[in-house]
Amino acid sequence: MEPTELSMLELGKKLASGELSSVEAVRACLARVDRLDGEVKAFLRVDREGALAQAEASDRRRKDGKRAGLLDGVPVGLKDLFLTEGLPTTAGSKILESFIAPYDGTVVKLLRAAGTPILGKLNMDEFAMGSSTENSAFFPTRNPWNLATSPGGSSGGSAAAVASRMAFGALGTDTGGSIRQPAALTGIVGLKPTYGRVSRFGVVAFASSLDQVGPMTRDVPDCAALLQTIAVHDPCDSTSAPAKAPDYFAELEAGVKGMKLGLPREYFELPGMDPEVRAAVEGATRALQKLGAELVPVSLPHTRFALATYYLIAPAEASSNLARYDGVRYGLRSGEGKNLLAMYGHTRDEGFGLEVKRRVMLGTYALSAGYYDAYYLKAQKVRTLIKKDFEDAFRTVDAVLSPTSPTPAFRIGEKVSDPLAMYLNDVFTLPCNLAGLPGMSVPCGFTRANLPIGLQILGRPWDEARVLRIGRAFEREHDFHRRTPPLGAA
Amino acid sequence: MSVADFQPVIGLEVHAQLLTRSKIFCGCSTEFGAPPNANTCQVCLGMPGVLPVLNEKVVEFAVRVGRALECRINPVSIWARKNYFYPDLPKGYQISQYDQPLCQHGGLEIDTDDGPKRIRILRIHLEEDAGKNVHDAGGGESLVDLNRSGVPLIEIVSEPDIRSSTEASEYLKALRDVLVYLGVNDGNLEEGSFRCDANVSVMPKGSTKYGQRVELKNINSFRFVQKAIDYEIERQVRRLEEGGKIAQETRLFDAVKGETRSMRSKEEAHDYRYFPEPDLPPLRIPPGYVERIERELPELPRAKLQRFVTSYSLPAYDAKILVGDRALADLFEKVEAVYGGPAKKLANWFTGELLRLLKEDSAQLAALRFTPEQFAALLKSVDGGELSNNAAKDVFAEMFRTGRAPMDIAREKGLIQVQDAGAVEAAVDAVLAANPDEVEKYRSGKKQVLGFLVGQVMKAMKGKGNPALVNAALKAKLGD
Amino acid sequence: MSLTLEEVRHVAGLARLSLSAEEETLMRTQLSAILDAVDELSRVDTSAVEPTSHAAGDVSPWRTDDVRPSFPPEKALGNAPAKVGTSFAVPRIIE
Repeated sequence: MEPTELSMLELGKKLASGELSSVEAVRACLARVDRLDGEVKAFLRVDREGALAQAEASDRRRKDGKRAGLLDGVPVGLKDLFLTEGLPTTAGSKILESFIAPYDGTVVKLLRAAGTPILGKLNMDEFAMGSSTENSAFFPTRNPWNLATSPGGSSGGSAAAVASRMAFGALGTDTGGSIRQPAALTGIVGLKPTYGRVSRFGVVAFASSLDQVGPMTRDVPDCAALLQTIAVHDPCDSTSAPAKAPDYFAELEAGVKGMKLGLPREYFELPGMDPEVRAAVEGATRALQKLGAELVPVSLPHTRFALATYYLIAPAEASSNLARYDGVRYGLRSGEGKNLLAMYGHTRDEGFGLEVKRRVMLGTYALSAGYYDAYYLKAQKVRTLIKKDFEDAFRTVDAVLSPTSPTPAFRIGEKVSDPLAMYLNDVFTLPCNLAGLPGMSVPCGFTRANLPIGLQILGRPWDEARVLRIGRAFEREHDFHRRTPPLGAA
Repeated sequence: MSVADFQPVIGLEVHAQLLTRSKIFCGCSTEFGAPPNANTCQVCLGMPGVLPVLNEKVVEFAVRVGRALECRINPVSIWARKNYFYPDLPKGYQISQYDQPLCQHGGLEIDTDDGPKRIRILRIHLEEDAGKNVHDAGGGESLVDLNRSGVPLIEIVSEPDIRSSTEASEYLKALRDVLVYLGVNDGNLEEGSFRCDANVSVMPKGSTKYGQRVELKNINSFRFVQKAIDYEIERQVRRLEEGGKIAQETRLFDAVKGETRSMRSKEEAHDYRYFPEPDLPPLRIPPGYVERIERELPELPRAKLQRFVTSYSLPAYDAKILVGDRALADLFEKVEAVYGGPAKKLANWFTGELLRLLKEDSAQLAALRFTPEQFAALLKSVDGGELSNNAAKDVFAEMFRTGRAPMDIAREKGLIQVQDAGAVEAAVDAVLAANPDEVEKYRSGKKQVLGFLVGQVMKAMKGKGNPALVNAALKAKLGD
Repeated sequence: MSLTLEEVRHVAGLARLSLSAEEETLMRTQLSAILDAVDELSRVDTSAVEPTSHAAGDVSPWRTDDVRPSFPPEKALGNAPAKVGTSFAVPRIIE
């Protein structure tokens, strides 16, 4: 059996017993990268030396009886917006193409302490703005299930790396669906925790009140393990929750008997949902019903305003967060700058891609004098209503189910010139970010064209344990998550 | 029409750096004078991925100022981003407060020709300082030093209650004194730790409608405050008299030319696109926090001044000098408590000898070598006649330099006056016996020879006779 | 269209983006379409609603006033596009 066929926890066990070494595991990943990444193009940078050195250190710890934990020695990949000291961190952008991070972000520190060798940095939509990884300044990543299609985005590289078993697990970020949607499109598990559960210090910011870091893995137990590693309070992040995370394994296998699962009318009524997606997701909800859960129709009446709300708040915060990319202290500086103003303008015009410029413009406009009330402030008020919708629903149900993405993976190039069409990819995932809730996508089926379909599970704030438990209950009875893309199967 | 027909209306905005050890949102040192960018980290450099964490001391200092200036402390206040591009602003926004600042609606009393006047304070809020942009003389470049980026500031905004440049100057001095007294700021206008912008407008006397205000920046000494404001008032009056309008603009004070001129050809006012800072939750003041800070407030300059005048019967002039430095005032009270004599006498020593010596030596009160007890003893010895005033000044200078006891110094220098009545009498007898003609002259009405006789006695006593005793003994023996 | 070219230029100025003429035109079209789409928010009654200005809960985290080590100059200036000594160098502002 190829080491890369193992899950993170399965590998962890074999490392603990000495049956496999971390160096072997890393080498297996690197071999797969060599074989497949020429086509998939998930990695922006592979850190061979670094990963092997970290693997060797892990193996030494094991010999000394000092393993750091369940995941010590299990190789992972990181979306390229996690600052990793000494390595370039580009956020998928030309403006940071040669930026070498001078510090490790908190989550990176936690992974290092957990002993997971970092294979490299994974491709993404520039500054996390996008749903297809086509907005990467460098190249698009391809979906391992069909190389002509997108793996989704913005954490497309992370999803593709895990789906094609080039990495055992990965971290991504999710602002409007950027973990869950690519997870759905590539047939893996992806979780966005409650806002504030995981530190954002050392994560290149897109939209500060929406961004969250989360695990992307092959199955739910791996997801729980990776989440456990990073769900730690961080005094460097003032939005980090002070309360300690629970043990995500305590109730993981407890099943869904007696649980009430909500089916939001407005999600299932969406025109433009692919009929195969609808069928697979409805099938999944019925499967959970068979396992003992009660399906309850619920209404989230302000759902249809979520897209507009998100596309005012996120770009507004982004326009401010991206002001620091001005060519003064790091990153690209245009040669066209005879004076300061020209330097700023040309640096940012050359360094940012079109989608980023579009959102910076939109955000700047939404905050500008005379428009703040009608746009930004209004959107933050509607956001409150969206949150309230969920609070009301969670009075009668324990979790909410929906499709993750309205369509399976789409062809590269199909939507990239139509921003509005691209934005529609996130209709089901956005509201969760606006409300700050935890949300997870688990594989729940395939189209006739063998493209993965994801089921989204949304929970109450801080209720990741229940979300994981529901996902696990479904996963145990099915094998969607064990299917591998035809790419590299031989 | 002239300046006299117009009423100036002035509001002042003060930005004061807070004397915390570390910056407002990161742990870098706030110490002045380090090499460029030596006190920076990823946070205050505005690198990707960084987040702010509030320094608790900043809140404490700000609440202290807020209560000292009689403001309401808002239990919840909001951080906001003020967005603009400048090389010394690393994030491209400044974290400040906009809606819902920390403190509101206070006031500060100042002295004017018409008596005390309360200048209302509209608001006080917290924000981070920017770095420094220095124009490189040779290169055609600017050099950016971010050591100052992230140093905590409070911004104190007055209502437009100020009506003259003198009042403005008084307000700034009074405000500066309060901040220095509270230990939150070093009051240094020249070094930039205490900065002032003025909003100046004029309206016809008797009118209630304010004119168009102009913002004045770059006022970096107390001297210039009055000059800048006076110039601007005249400029506006002249313009209005010529039939022109006052443009809404920002003007810089040119200290060399003594005039204000328009800043940058920028047509538009900045659009700062303020919005609530998502990386910082609202600032919540815990219950009991404000009360605790209030209990720990020191006596403020104005209250101390009034107390010094009434309790110590000191003239306002003297009291002002003593109260101008909290440590000086404290020392005065310590010494007076031991001395117990007329406070004015002690005050003279403070405003005269002590301040002179401190200045000459560029010394700090904190490093004073002698004790309050010693100082009191010195004064008592003058009162008691053991030392003449001049001798005491000598002794004091030595005390200041060495911290030795005054009488030890006096003894060593042979400055102690002879008080012994017998010795004086004996000397007087001897002189009178040796100068019969002068005795005759004195007794026949030529009183001015007393001076000569006193001199002779002093000579015989080698200068150590207590002049008062000598005088009295001579007169008595001469039969006066 | 919701946006005029003048407005596009104004916003680009605020955002310090030197857009080419083609980009300006494209922005005008696309941003106008997006603004039209978000305009539906105006139909929502939010008269009695508070904005969600802060996503995190009821926390007011403070840190103690302790000095922590700063970056050594190599780190602070390690990615600087231009420097003079330990200062960042930038082109001058035209007054």
